[in-house]
Amino acid sequence: MAFEVAAGFRRRLLSSSVIDTARGTRRLAREDRQAQAGGSPRNRGIFDPKMLRGALGPAARKMNPRALAKNPVMFVVEVTAALVTLVFISDFVGLSHGAAQEVGRAPSFEFQIAIWLWFTVYFATYAEALAEARGKAQAATLRKTRSETPAHRRCDDGTFEDVGSSALRCGDVVVVREGETIPGDGDVIEGVAYVNEAVITGESAPVLKEPGTDIRSSVTGGTTVTSDTLTISITANPGETFLDRMIALVEGAKRQRTPNEIALSILLSGLTIVFLLATATLRPFGLYAGAPLGIVVLVALLVCLIPTTIGGLLSAIGIAGMDRVARFNVLAMSGRAVEAAGDVDVILLDKTGTITFGNRLASRIVALPGATEREALEAALLTSVEDETPEGRSVVELARRRLAEIGSGGPGANAAAPSPEEITTVVPFSAESRTSGVILTDGTVVLKGAVDAIVAALDEEAPPELKTLADEISSLGATPLAIRRDGRPLGVIELKDTVKPGLKERFDELRRMGIRTVMVTGDNPLTAKTIAAEAGVDDFMAQAKPEDKIARIRAEQADGHLVAMTGDGTNDAPAVAQADVGLAMNSGTSACKEAANMVDLDSDPTKLIEVIAIGKQLLITRGAITTFSIANDVAKYFAILPAMFVVAYPELNQLNIMGLSNPQSAILSAVIFNALIIVALVPLSLRGVAYRAAPAADLLRRNLLIYGVGGIFAPFLGIKAIDLLVTALHLA
Amino acid sequence: MIPSLPGLLQAMSLFAVAILIARPLGGYIRKVMEGERVFLSPVIRPVERGVYKVMRIDETVEQRWTSYAVSVILFSFVCILALYLQQRFQASLPLDQGGVPVGPVAPDLAYNTAVSFDTNTNWQNYAGETTMTYLTQMAGLAVRNFVSAATGIAVALALTRGLVRKMSPTIGNFWVDLTRSTLYILLPISIVAALVLVSQGVIQTFASSITVHTLQGAVQTIPLGPVASQEAIKELGTNGGGFFNANSAHPFENPTGLSDWFEMLLILIIPFGLTFTFGRMAGNARQGWALLAVMVIVLSAGSLVAMASEERSNPSIPAAVAGEVNQSAGNMEGKETRFGADSSGLFATVTTGTSTGAVNSMHDSFLPAGGLVPLFNIELGEITPGGVGAGLYGILVFAIIGVFIAGLMVGRTPEFLGKKIEAYEMKMAMLVVLFLAFSILFFTAVATATAAGKAGPLNGGPHGFSEILYAFSSQTGNNGSAFAGLSGNTLFYNVTGAFAMMLGRYAMIVPILAIAGSMAAKRRVAPSLGTFPTTGPIWVGLLIGVIVIVGALTFFPALALGPIADQLLNNAGRLF
Amino acid sequence: MRSFIRTQLWPAVSILLAFTVITGLVYPAVVTVIAQVVFPSQANGSMIVVDGNTVGSSLIGQAFDAPQYFWGRPSAAGANGYDPTLSGGSNLSSTSQTLITDITQRVDAERAANGDAPVPIELVTASASGLDPDISPAAAEYQVARVAKARGMTEDAVRAVVARHTTQPFLWLIGEPTVHVLELNLDLDGLLK
Repeated sequence: MAFEVAAGFRRRLLSSSVIDTARGTRRLAREDRQAQAGGSPRNRGIFDPKMLRGALGPAARKMNPRALAKNPVMFVVEVTAALVTLVFISDFVGLSHGAAQEVGRAPSFEFQIAIWLWFTVYFATYAEALAEARGKAQAATLRKTRSETPAHRRCDDGTFEDVGSSALRCGDVVVVREGETIPGDGDVIEGVAYVNEAVITGESAPVLKEPGTDIRSSVTGGTTVTSDTLTISITANPGETFLDRMIALVEGAKRQRTPNEIALSILLSGLTIVFLLATATLRPFGLYAGAPLGIVVLVALLVCLIPTTIGGLLSAIGIAGMDRVARFNVLAMSGRAVEAAGDVDVILLDKTGTITFGNRLASRIVALPGATEREALEAALLTSVEDETPEGRSVVELARRRLAEIGSGGPGANAAAPSPEEITTVVPFSAESRTSGVILTDGTVVLKGAVDAIVAALDEEAPPELKTLADEISSLGATPLAIRRDGRPLGVIELKDTVKPGLKERFDELRRMGIRTVMVTGDNPLTAKTIAAEAGVDDFMAQAKPEDKIARIRAEQADGHLVAMTGDGTNDAPAVAQADVGLAMNSGTSACKEAANMVDLDSDPTKLIEVIAIGKQLLITRGAITTFSIANDVAKYFAILPAMFVVAYPELNQLNIMGLSNPQSAILSAVIFNALIIVALVPLSLRGVAYRAAPAADLLRRNLLIYGVGGIFAPFLGIKAIDLLVTALHLA
Repeated sequence: MIPSLPGLLQAMSLFAVAILIARPLGGYIRKVMEGERVFLSPVIRPVERGVYKVMRIDETVEQRWTSYAVSVILFSFVCILALYLQQRFQASLPLDQGGVPVGPVAPDLAYNTAVSFDTNTNWQNYAGETTMTYLTQMAGLAVRNFVSAATGIAVALALTRGLVRKMSPTIGNFWVDLTRSTLYILLPISIVAALVLVSQGVIQTFASSITVHTLQGAVQTIPLGPVASQEAIKELGTNGGGFFNANSAHPFENPTGLSDWFEMLLILIIPFGLTFTFGRMAGNARQGWALLAVMVIVLSAGSLVAMASEERSNPSIPAAVAGEVNQSAGNMEGKETRFGADSSGLFATVTTGTSTGAVNSMHDSFLPAGGLVPLFNIELGEITPGGVGAGLYGILVFAIIGVFIAGLMVGRTPEFLGKKIEAYEMKMAMLVVLFLAFSILFFTAVATATAAGKAGPLNGGPHGFSEILYAFSSQTGNNGSAFAGLSGNTLFYNVTGAFAMMLGRYAMIVPILAIAGSMAAKRRVAPSLGTFPTTGPIWVGLLIGVIVIVGALTFFPALALGPIADQLLNNAGRLF
Repeated sequence: MRSFIRTQLWPAVSILLAFTVITGLVYPAVVTVIAQVVFPSQANGSMIVVDGNTVGSSLIGQAFDAPQYFWGRPSAAGANGYDPTLSGGSNLSSTSQTLITDITQRVDAERAANGDAPVPIELVTASASGLDPDISPAAAEYQVARVAKARGMTEDAVRAVVARHTTQPFLWLIGEPTVHVLELNLDLDGLLK
């Protein structure tokens, strides 16, 4: 319910601190559903036919050996493909002599192996191209908005000159009027205006910008001023703007391999060399046994053994992971940050705006002795019906609801909905009176306000319950407002900072993942404790100053924890920089955004949780396909080795446990399987392995069973099926 | 593949007693290596101090990994050089064998042997009783048995320190580690073990060989020597170099069933014990238990296959003859009566699961499936449980690779004992895997492609290939056992073998020390529910999978052409 | 360079010297002294002395082919077998033509001497050391009739002697039951006291 209240204020508040957690929750639930059900809209997002077609060309260009050299596994496959092609050509035109007794020396066989090897490379580059396609499309859209916009630059003499946005440099001051596009990143130094940031955030509601407020003063190039005029000091040179960086990031143009990807590449390269050794030495071993093995057969074995599946999909997995983050409207400055998110085990969350709505809202209206609840509710309603502040709206909301619950009828029923006519005067809140309310036509004064201010205006001695109640409410970190009708105290309204719904469950989930949440607040310890208990966080820091935050992060890191935090203000910047994962709100200052390794375009701090899940999902996908790839080799051995050695030792055909029809078909089937499995795993690579919040041991058991054990057995079935097909089609 | 009940009981009793001893021993090793006082300190500490005084080192000063590695390598090379010279000049030194004339050892053989003993391989291209003087045996070869084993313990401890320390620039002091392992661990156990062996009939004398007239009137020259003192450290230090050519099949080295069981026990206690040392140093005994479980499971599986295989009769014995032979004793070619098929299969597994290489039966005459077990054990890198120290650091490399591959599947970048495994560690771990694969496969390929290499095998068919493959696997793995039909004492095999042994030793130790150094310097990530568990059954299963699959994937083609083809041909009755 | 000599080279050389003395000389000397005092017979080779003459070691087998003696296992140690200076096995593989030929010939020889019962496999396969002093009880039983006949003894009398030289496994678990060939033959000759 409280969420509905917040949603109602959303448009008016526009401040970054109102967060739509429920939306985040729903969004995640949707992702989950779609991940489970194939062919959902989200899948269409990846496998949009236009994108599928669009990736065909770039994939072919990626086969350029120079481009491929950075992927040693696929490079080896390409070299072998070229080699087999040459062998085929020379055999086809009858150049080779004396090799006829070698196993697998037949042009038709060589031709098919060559084709499938080229396909293997192409499938891998296609996966990468497809993963990039989405980002490219997004970048193209962004690039349109980056096009040259006119700017009114202030000259030293105070006059303005019109220049192109590309002429702007750091420190220039420009004026942007209603309807104009902001020409570059900067800080508002003068004026108050609404800005439409839909280009970046996708959110059409305009955002209020004003100078000096830290959070609201930063503007982004490409966004549009929808009202009034702003004077902006430019903070980024052309090409270095937020938009530029965003384009580069979503496009993946400057994608650098992450530390874990590099380490994994080393493993894969190492395995490739090991298998190169194992197959190259088979030539002399075979000769010793009297089985001269042809290059084509050895190449087939090599390609089947080296980890082509993960080698082909590794970069696609990384790009897709970044893309998933981007689809949550979070801009990760590097893949490293997404990876680090998977490692995070402590999250520092600001209380205000993240855990709570950051607005005090009415949570209780309590009648004092001598007044009925109805009286108290009606009075509360009257005091607030003209009060447009969030607090006031929440009082109205709550009072109406309670009144409806206790039922209409009975004494004073018609007062439940006072018509505006009854109200003659609105008494606005002032710092002096510390009360607000209305005066009715009959002269009755109905006011709510600070307890002592109300008490002072009472006819009689305040009932002791009022003080007790007020103290109790204060001690829990909430604010009591007393209500009086003329000189008579009727009740107390409790205004409380409300914990967002659904958070407790999220924190439970995090706890199952082994992640500890720490709430940071400026409140006193008692208040902090209450909210912490209510929200279900593991720990809290009360009366925290910005420097406490950074100290806490350092302490956690010294204890071996990896810390994530969100921030928006400039004074958050050092802590955001110190954290292993720092998520800055797009609404925040540029200093904070600079310090962060991720920026949330929706300015939703709870998104940190999703980002962590995506980071984990990315790593799991990478590990699962690596495991699968290596486990596959067992079956491939059983397919190829008996076929290779059957000439020397026919008895070795006993190892042909799949009962593959003949040696050539066995080898060809293994190569085809090896190529097709890349295609088969593209959806998994791009979508990511289904992730559930669970302890590491559970995840390991589950994934090991699916991708490890499954990886051992799946190719037995696959290769057998292909063999049946190959034989039926008389391909070998 | 289930061996007979007595075989099973023998294996089970062996492993159980070994674990019982290993547990307190592991704790003792930790104390010793961390310089704490132990019950032997009153006796040994003064000697230890004396050694430091001679070396002029300060035992409290630790080394960075680079300096540690330089010490290891330099010490090894000094040892190799000294042992080479000692063999070349042994005829001029005192204490020859008397009766059996021995001259200087030929240069290539002396080189091969020096490398062999200093790399803890103990590959022997010579027959001890006719090649080495007593002095060379005890003050040359047996000394290397001590120091090469102590080097293994030192490196294992250095790696363990690297894994468990937080942001430390150093990983220990090699000279101190070497001294302590030798004086506190190897020497005292060896003294006790040697006397136990003597009680069983192992000889210990400086007398010259005896000539006797046999009952049927023949003349028999019986070589003697200080065997028990060498035998004890040969097993305890997982060295395996026999005093006699027949090694632990020789009745003077291994006279009874009990001595045989006891020798296997000696082989196992330190490799098992070090897992407890590791667990204690890691602050979590379950970490050590997990490694031990992996070792025992793989070792047991190998034992079952080897014992069951050797209990079978040789299928190549023609049907006509088979009916006239009672083959219930199993495949007895190359086996001793007092050990039988079971103990022979078990010993073969234990000696190759570790880097010992002592043999109580001739692996070359095993049925191919039985011979596959020691070969496969060696090619897994001898980590189940592996050589003294070498087993622990070897299995830790596999643990690192296993954590890296599967660790991602819990959604975190991989870590082991809270240390992140990154590109550098991966590079070093892959170097270890690569060098092992290279050394085994490359040298085998060279041997199968050259006349000098092809001259080696005694047997034909796939078995000849197995002999070559076994030789380079064994030397690379620093094992030292052999399919002994291979004529190894040739220039080709002496030189290539020495290369393989050095690659197998130093190309493993240096990257491992590099991992130790880089891991020591890292911060330690605190464990949580999200941490990849390196304890418990899933991890044990996973690690076994990684070890077996990585081992199998690299060597499966070669094994298919060797023992696997051999067994299938054997089943079909093919002869060569 | 000086520091290298001081911290690396000198320790390497000196520790090798120290350990050569400690583990290479002191250790075997200590073990020898204790062994010679506590286990003098075992330490010196478990020699069998008959009338002041050493007739062999109870651990080292001897070649027998005379019908009145129990025969040990085929030996690959030396050309005539049982040469302790050339210990070792045949190293023939299970698929070796030579091995199968050898076994076939040995089977024929055993059957010619001992009759048509199946030959225990250990009597036609070479031992690992070439010095195996033992045979299995089955292998002894297989020869009882021949020995009894050659010696003019009853088979049961021979079996009684065999039983005296049969050793059971340690705790009936570790090792195999064995019959000691040399001691058995010495006993049959009445030379063992």
